[in-house]
Amino acid sequence: MTSPVTLSNVEVDYDRGLALGPMSLDIAAGEIVALVGPSGCGKSTALRLLAGLEAPTRGTVTRAAGRGETAVVFQAPTLAPWLSAQANVALPLELAGTPRPEARRRADEALARVGLGAAVAARPAQLSGGMAMRVSLARALVTSPRLLLLDEPFAALDEITRRTLADDVLALWATTQPAIIFVTHNVEEAVYMASRVVVISRGPGRIVGDFSVDGPLPRPPQFRTQAAFRTTVEAVSASLAEGVAA
Amino acid sequence: MSRLAPFVLIAILLAGWEIACRLMQVPVYFLPPPSAVALALSEHWPALVAASWRTLSVALISLVLASLIAQALAILTALSPLLDRAIRPLASVVQVTPVVAIAPLVLIWAGLDHPERALVTLAVLVAFFPIFSGATAGLRSADPDLERLFALYGAGRWQRVMRLRLPSAVPFLLEGHKVGAGLALIGAVVAEFGAGSGGVRGLAWQILDAGNKLQTDRMIAALVVLGAMGVALHAALEAIERAGLRWWRGR
Repeated sequence: MTSPVTLSNVEVDYDRGLALGPMSLDIAAGEIVALVGPSGCGKSTALRLLAGLEAPTRGTVTRAAGRGETAVVFQAPTLAPWLSAQANVALPLELAGTPRPEARRRADEALARVGLGAAVAARPAQLSGGMAMRVSLARALVTSPRLLLLDEPFAALDEITRRTLADDVLALWATTQPAIIFVTHNVEEAVYMASRVVVISRGPGRIVGDFSVDGPLPRPPQFRTQAAFRTTVEAVSASLAEGVAA
Repeated sequence: MSRLAPFVLIAILLAGWEIACRLMQVPVYFLPPPSAVALALSEHWPALVAASWRTLSVALISLVLASLIAQALAILTALSPLLDRAIRPLASVVQVTPVVAIAPLVLIWAGLDHPERALVTLAVLVAFFPIFSGATAGLRSADPDLERLFALYGAGRWQRVMRLRLPSAVPFLLEGHKVGAGLALIGAVVAEFGAGSGGVRGLAWQILDAGNKLQTDRMIAALVVLGAMGVALHAALEAIERAGLRWWRGR
């Protein structure tokens, strides 16, 4: 399978000079990549480049995953408050011209996959933060994307909900195996969820570390206590500290 | 108890007014006591109700027309930056022009044979702006991340406006219509004054007519009815706004 997206020497300028790059990153099909770095290092900018929501000032972004094959989950659930969970999830399909009954039926299936089969009629305001995030995840999955991008998706949630959702994302990944790229500032979350952790430094954002994480996906229950997990977390943390100092 | 407070104050003020009129023997044509106003109110009740309905129907028709025009124009500004540039300054001109200043012209153009059309036109001009500015602000209020998602999913301009920006604008539209309804009523009354005796015989005409005949009690009675109508219209739109917001937010 071809790489769904590749960054080649991309640079992004903002008003105050260079914000990101030069950065090159090749994503393999079905790979789970975590982008970690301090706040303001441009991880979210990198994610928007990968999503095609923003164009680089210099360099090229090569995308094999087409428009309908890319999905994004933002930090907030980003649901339309006037639509039911079902209508929110059906939206990407309806915008692409899928007839409404079929779009709604597939939305119901996607909601069932994230454990919200009973909440299809609920409005976002009636859902908890974790449930709303699941709806957002269902909306991203409903188009069966080849590339799934998550921008600090669990940052606003409590620890227990975060962990549950991390396992849910891995379980969902196991079914269709899309390439997943997610941004986080939590090293343990990065190592737990990803098969590859990319460390980004601040000002301008550059890649200073690229670690592969061994172990089966989805993770076995005791994964967080295993030596391999601890070693990788420490290596990533050290690289992160260097990047901040540089 | 606190709900009764305004009524207690009104009662005290009315009592003071009544007593002062009687003690100082103020002539009735200059300032009638509340009892005289109440008498005038009951005496002219059928005429006042009919007049209120005429004024209110002008206001309501104007509100509906202003709503349609303002929303259509706001959607055009959202669809095209060029139209946005073209329409906005004109909308501001409509807003800053006092309705009494354009009334004579509109009465000549639209009102010679159909005075009610002139009144509706003037009230529409007054009610238009709050709805238009609410709609344009609302159409820009959509969550930027939702805008990004619509871009990602390849939504066209029309889809973005109809499925994202317009629904996002609902709270602003509700507020705009509430303000617009009050202004439509004021616009209808002001236009009636401008039209004078040739106009629709609504509440403003009642006030003018009573004034010409020095029936001060009837003037105040018509004012009381006008005030009550304004309060009722405001309360009705406030209730619609609350219900609309509850639906929009989903709780």
